[in-house]
Amino acid sequence: MTQDEIIQSIIAATGNTDRSLLLQILIQIQQRLSYIPGDAITQLAARLQLPEADIRGVIGFYSFLQEQARGDYDILLSDSITDHMLGSRRLLQQLCETLGVQAGVPRADGRVTVDTTACTGICDQGPALLVNGQVVSQLDAERIEHICKLIESATDTAQWPAKFFQISDNIRRRDLLLADETATASPAGSALHALLGSDADAMLAVIEQSDLRGRGGAGFYTGKKWRYCKQANAATRYVVCNADEGEPGTFKDRVLLNRYADSVFEGMTLCAGVIGARQGYLYLRGEYRYLLEPLQRVLQQRRDNGLLGARILGQDGFDFDIDIHLGAGAYICGEESSLIESLEGKRGIPRNRPPFPVTHGYRNRPTVVNNVETFMAAAKIAALGADWFRHAGTPESTGTKLLSISGDCARPGIYEYPFGVTIKQVLDDCGATDTQAVQIAGAAGTTLPLANAGRRIAFEDVSTGGSFMIFNQDRPLVDMVQNFAHFFFHESCGFCTPCRVGGALLKDLIDKLVNGHATQYDIAEMKQISTLMQQASHCGLGSTAPNPVLDLLHRFPQLVADRLAHSGYEPAFDLDAALQDARDISGRDDPGAHIGRHS
Amino acid sequence: MSETQNTFRLDGIAIEFSAGDTLMDAALRAGAYIPHLCHNPEFTPHGSCRVCLVDIGGRQVSACTQPAAAGLEVDNSSDTIVTARRHLLQMLFVEGNHVCPGCEKSGACQLQAVAYYTGMLAPHYTHFFPRRAVDASHPDTAIDFNRCILCELCVRASHDIDHKDVFSIGGRGLRSHLTINSSSGKLGDSTFAVTDKAARVCPVGAILPKHRGYKQPIGERLYDRQPINIVGDVAAHKSGDPGDEYGG
Repeated sequence: MTQDEIIQSIIAATGNTDRSLLLQILIQIQQRLSYIPGDAITQLAARLQLPEADIRGVIGFYSFLQEQARGDYDILLSDSITDHMLGSRRLLQQLCETLGVQAGVPRADGRVTVDTTACTGICDQGPALLVNGQVVSQLDAERIEHICKLIESATDTAQWPAKFFQISDNIRRRDLLLADETATASPAGSALHALLGSDADAMLAVIEQSDLRGRGGAGFYTGKKWRYCKQANAATRYVVCNADEGEPGTFKDRVLLNRYADSVFEGMTLCAGVIGARQGYLYLRGEYRYLLEPLQRVLQQRRDNGLLGARILGQDGFDFDIDIHLGAGAYICGEESSLIESLEGKRGIPRNRPPFPVTHGYRNRPTVVNNVETFMAAAKIAALGADWFRHAGTPESTGTKLLSISGDCARPGIYEYPFGVTIKQVLDDCGATDTQAVQIAGAAGTTLPLANAGRRIAFEDVSTGGSFMIFNQDRPLVDMVQNFAHFFFHESCGFCTPCRVGGALLKDLIDKLVNGHATQYDIAEMKQISTLMQQASHCGLGSTAPNPVLDLLHRFPQLVADRLAHSGYEPAFDLDAALQDARDISGRDDPGAHIGRHS
Repeated sequence: MSETQNTFRLDGIAIEFSAGDTLMDAALRAGAYIPHLCHNPEFTPHGSCRVCLVDIGGRQVSACTQPAAAGLEVDNSSDTIVTARRHLLQMLFVEGNHVCPGCEKSGACQLQAVAYYTGMLAPHYTHFFPRRAVDASHPDTAIDFNRCILCELCVRASHDIDHKDVFSIGGRGLRSHLTINSSSGKLGDSTFAVTDKAARVCPVGAILPKHRGYKQPIGERLYDRQPINIVGDVAAHKSGDPGDEYGG
């Protein structure tokens, strides 16, 4: 097929002309051609009756969509701090040097582009990269060399060694949710049988009695959310599963969707039965695209078994189906209103609230948005009862929590604990020795020194969506903070002033600190900008982005003091570095070509 | 109705509101000034500039998006709030290239006027000095992207009122930028007309009429004569008569 035929076939395959499909179409074109050509934009604009500038605005918003060709192999190396700790920067250099490319710049022959991307959710078996959207894990120098050879010999990724693409689940500790691996205690359909055995109101009461709270980290009561949505005055409602697991260091949803997808879909269907929804969506982060086909098979199996589609379990009026939408590299879309915008095919800008999604969500209709783990827990509660669930955890945080553990420990992976477990217990179980600090709840979370290891994982103490990264004594924590500052700078949606500009200023100040040029004045600036971002940002991304900076300044003052320049004031720019262009042109690098290095 | 049922207090002064009002709606109607840039009462609230930040019981919200509720005590003028606003304005100043002394909008620019109002004396932060080209392709209107603060008022006006969708936003984060819907990306190739509503809503000097530069001398313009808390938005003073462009 010619490029034009490919574009036309993708556009023609979309059944309707609804703009909500725009992002999904763009992802397919990107996947086939490695970019979105101008012709495709023109055709889509006509077909969907959208301004071309709008379509370009969507392309420009998502990291995985490009208007310039990336070539036959589009390689994105995961750039999370845990990848760095496993040597990813060295591997990036090796990849670039061997292939003869500069990061981010397509090779002249159109063969390959090498670039970096935010955490790919493979932290327990990194460093990782994406090649044309497929994840390659456990990178080392040997694997990189092999990859370079495969690229130079133009070997199709389908012919690459299968072991490159193997992703292990690495489940290390099981409790309520994961205990029943054989699925005998609550087989597929058992939650729905329980629902039909009573009624929607009684089932809602069970979910409420369990005190289940949102597993994404915010901890809103699930039963209350479902009730608000059910009570909203509307003819149409939606159920959305948030599988945009983008918080650096978390990968539990990857494992749940790989091994327990049936249970997750069961939870969504249960919710639909309770609130009266006919359509659901799973919003799957683009990094997990390799899970798309397996998940679609699970959905089809459920349809075949009467657990999805029209007349579920033979019940008249119980109609519900699920579509999977892909993300395309935008952390902000994990925020529920951004996710809804993205589901509608738009830029993922968080909405103004109120109104909230439970009354005005997808297509402005009442919508329940829950985390993958929350839906799975809801399905289990429906089948096994509220008491079964409440038995574990603490009074304010019932049940269990899946932790995604990575960083400096002997056994990274998935650990399921009853809420209330101490950090120390977790560190002991995963084989962490010589720990300096843990970063809990990801880049937006909290940095705790080992002295705080007595604290507990719970909504009332240390709350987390699951990310748990461990740093040894010899790790420079300022590097972690720098990595997170760059992450937030890259992922800010750009809508509001404090996050867009403040995040950029903060990133530059952290760079200045890491480079040894920061002074007390810069520390005061960091605090002031951080405070402003916390108080004035439009959404949670902006208000939590400064957390790692503030934690560093408050809890690790000595690490900061060690990096400070001795002078009272240092300019924001490095005069000597600014002369590098001139040195390159003149071919000089002698002491006379430098400023401030004579002595 | 008793006072508590349909009023809140803005710096201690009772403000009446109607059902569905935001804090900003009610304040504007009562003639009370809450500094703002991206808000214009003719359009759906946006909440992006954050300059209308107010405090309700220790929680900071944007007045333009916050629903009014009975009995609220809203702080619009404490040191904390004014300082936060000043820092937000400073961020906008260093993000773009705002050279007031050489700007055709000086004296009728809301960014400048709100900065004066909040006591901003210098941009404070490190300038980004972005490189942005000027678009002078249209016969009647020029766009200087250096001064755009991403308030999206032109985007909203072109969509809601002109029904042309001439403007859009591209990129993400700090790379977010105003874009123009035409084959070349230039205003001259778009369906934009100087009579469009979108031509008359820019609160800063990003969208400027051609052929009448400095017709009204700097020093005699809207905010040169009275501060913004007295005379309000510049857009409300544009009658459409070219001679009245800056509230002359």
